[in-house]
Amino acid sequence: MSATLTAGFADPALDAQRCFRAVLEAMARPGRVQRIAAGPEAPPPLGPAAATVLLTLADADTPVWLDAGPQAAAWLRFHAGCPIVAAPGEAGFALACGAPPPLHDLAPGSEEEPQRSATLILQVAFLAEEGGWRLTGPGIEHEHRLRVDGAPPGFAADWAGNRALFPRGIDLILCAGDRLAALPRTTRLEIG
Amino acid sequence: MSATQTRSAEGAAAAGGEHRSRGPAGPDAGYNFGYLDENTKRMIRRALLKAVAIPGHQVPFGSREMPLPYGWGTGGIQVTAAVIGPDDTLKVIDQGADDTTNAVSIRRFFARVTGVETTERTAEATIIQTRHRIPETPLHEGQVLVYQVPMPEPLFRLEPSVTETRRMHALADYSLMHVKLYEDIVRHGHIATSYNYPVMVNGRYLMSPSPIPAFDNPKMHRMPALQLFGAGREKRIYAVPPWTEVRSLDFEDHPFEPVRADAACALCGSRESYLDEVVTDDRGGRMFVCSDTDYCHTRQARREAAE
Ligand SMILES: [Zn+2]
Repeated sequence: MSATLTAGFADPALDAQRCFRAVLEAMARPGRVQRIAAGPEAPPPLGPAAATVLLTLADADTPVWLDAGPQAAAWLRFHAGCPIVAAPGEAGFALACGAPPPLHDLAPGSEEEPQRSATLILQVAFLAEEGGWRLTGPGIEHEHRLRVDGAPPGFAADWAGNRALFPRGIDLILCAGDRLAALPRTTRLEIG
Repeated sequence: MSATQTRSAEGAAAAGGEHRSRGPAGPDAGYNFGYLDENTKRMIRRALLKAVAIPGHQVPFGSREMPLPYGWGTGGIQVTAAVIGPDDTLKVIDQGADDTTNAVSIRRFFARVTGVETTERTAEATIIQTRHRIPETPLHEGQVLVYQVPMPEPLFRLEPSVTETRRMHALADYSLMHVKLYEDIVRHGHIATSYNYPVMVNGRYLMSPSPIPAFDNPKMHRMPALQLFGAGREKRIYAVPPWTEVRSLDFEDHPFEPVRADAACALCGSRESYLDEVVTDDRGGRMFVCSDTDYCHTRQARREAAE
């Protein structure tokens, strides 16, 4: 391994299982915040949750677009073996540490194959289950609240446009430090 | 009572009475955790996440050969293998029973390749893999219900072309199924479908609930647990997120009605549970007993304790 590359998973099978279960729980219960146990040492600006999610889900079959710089791209290519693409529209997973591409620039899948859509992993400053967005839809008994610090301006309108595409659409995984939450395309979002 | 069992691929004999046990000494070192390799798990996990994001939509996946033959729940087993972790407690039922050869084999398989705890108690399980039933005990938020699905396509008897059914799902054009159910009513005076009764998920996708009795359909509606479906031979995965609307198809003047035998369980007295008719001797003696063995045992134990 090159000296500039930090380590990946300590125990690939168990680390990936734990992270997947957190992402599955997050996607099944939109707005519930999950914590990732000790993650890999990823180069900045890649945080522990975003890095762990990518190592858990990305591989040679999933083109990844990211804005995290060459070091993070090299780390990901080495540990996940995924192709890195230049256009967000070609990505299975898009990782945004800064301002994300507009949702309509990502692949939404087709009416017949809506599963062939991108998942946006958006790194934000902070996530908590109080105040902020009001979420309703599948996976939510009544309403979940999710506070997201550092979401891009105009995101709620962009998300409403995405939701209107159903069954096509982008699914979102929000990451902040070791925390993550998800919004599948079915989630209705109102600003709190 | 339960479906006829063929020989066990694991060489496991049916063994009742084990309520809770741990794999002998953690997972067998000869296997990757959960048996499947990491590439396969990742592929299944990605399919599962998309399935949860599009409730009721069938997501294709690259189904793998498993050490159990098709018809033994290889789809459910692959889903469970992609989800399960060392902290899980697994329950496996076959038509409601924990002690059939099929259920015992699958439970032993996971004990061997993961070392997880197994249980027969519905309330203690974090993952329940099932063939053809939903437990009577209401499921809760911390649980995942994994269904073994022989045929995921609800329209397959009405439209054999996969290209056509895919187009119908894309357009949410389910008139074929409505016509079929309406013909049932004209012919029999009621909808003559007592199991594998089609449902609409979140008002959008027509979905096969797998061959559970129609009696179980209402349990799928706004269930607090996550429901995952795996069809191994047909290579499809689908899901119903918690708290999601699941409606059995019906007509205003012929509303859906879950049916059960009009009897009490001969063992525990339940008048609420789904019953199997069991032949008791070779002179034609019969009785009705709960199909859910854990539910029935729990009620019998409570009754004995009260006496
Ligand atoms: Zn009973």
